[in-house]
Amino acid sequence: MLRLATTFLKDRSVAEEVVQDAWLAALDGLDAFEARSSLRTWLFSILANKARNRVVREGRSVPWSALGGDDDGGPAVDPDRFHVDGHWNEPPARWTEEDPERLASRAETRAAIERAIAGLPEAQRAVITLRDVEGLETGEICNLLGLTVTNQRVLLHRARTRLRQSLAKFMAGAR
Amino acid sequence: MLTCKQIAELVTAYAEGQLGVADRLRFQLHLGLCANCRTYVRQMKATARALGRLPEPELPPELEAELLRRFEGWKSKR
Repeated sequence: MLRLATTFLKDRSVAEEVVQDAWLAALDGLDAFEARSSLRTWLFSILANKARNRVVREGRSVPWSALGGDDDGGPAVDPDRFHVDGHWNEPPARWTEEDPERLASRAETRAAIERAIAGLPEAQRAVITLRDVEGLETGEICNLLGLTVTNQRVLLHRARTRLRQSLAKFMAGAR
Repeated sequence: MLTCKQIAELVTAYAEGQLGVADRLRFQLHLGLCANCRTYVRQMKATARALGRLPEPELPPELEAELLRRFEGWKSKR
């Protein structure tokens, strides 16, 4: 919950307040929960609404339906990494660690991942948080954030590509 | 035949099961023949899976205590 709240609200203490509000609203509304979605998705939707209201109140609007200002529609991977014929010019280097469990549990790689997530544009951060960190289904994420399936995939692709790149850089530096 | 550049841009659609049958087969055919792309796709999947294993950020103890207190109050009213 807190991780998602911080994708909408940069200020950690405001995000914590919104998490508290969302939990309390969920408790108040639990009788009205009709199990049309999972309880978790329902909780996330309450949180997203609370967070968006807070953003609007603070006069900062986030264009969730747009791809985000940083998107130029170009490829996610640097074209210079490929020859003109489309083959790798600069192939991906082997990683010293590829096990997801160990990547997430080792303090250094976990910190590198957290830093990379924090550095993503907001819409990418929200999508990858919901999909990969929280494990929501694509349809649920589209409903929550008001995205089309294509937009959701583009944002997820850019976010994953950037995170892989950050981990690759980290591993190259750690050698 | 797909190029490595195309594989790098289709990897998320592939991993998310959003490619059609023909494109999925083309994707897999390329992977079968290209060690560099196998490495790339494996690293993309490892990245996504590692995210699912990150611990939740910790709530400050006072907020957690307040939420538990409100939850107990909610339970006792039912």
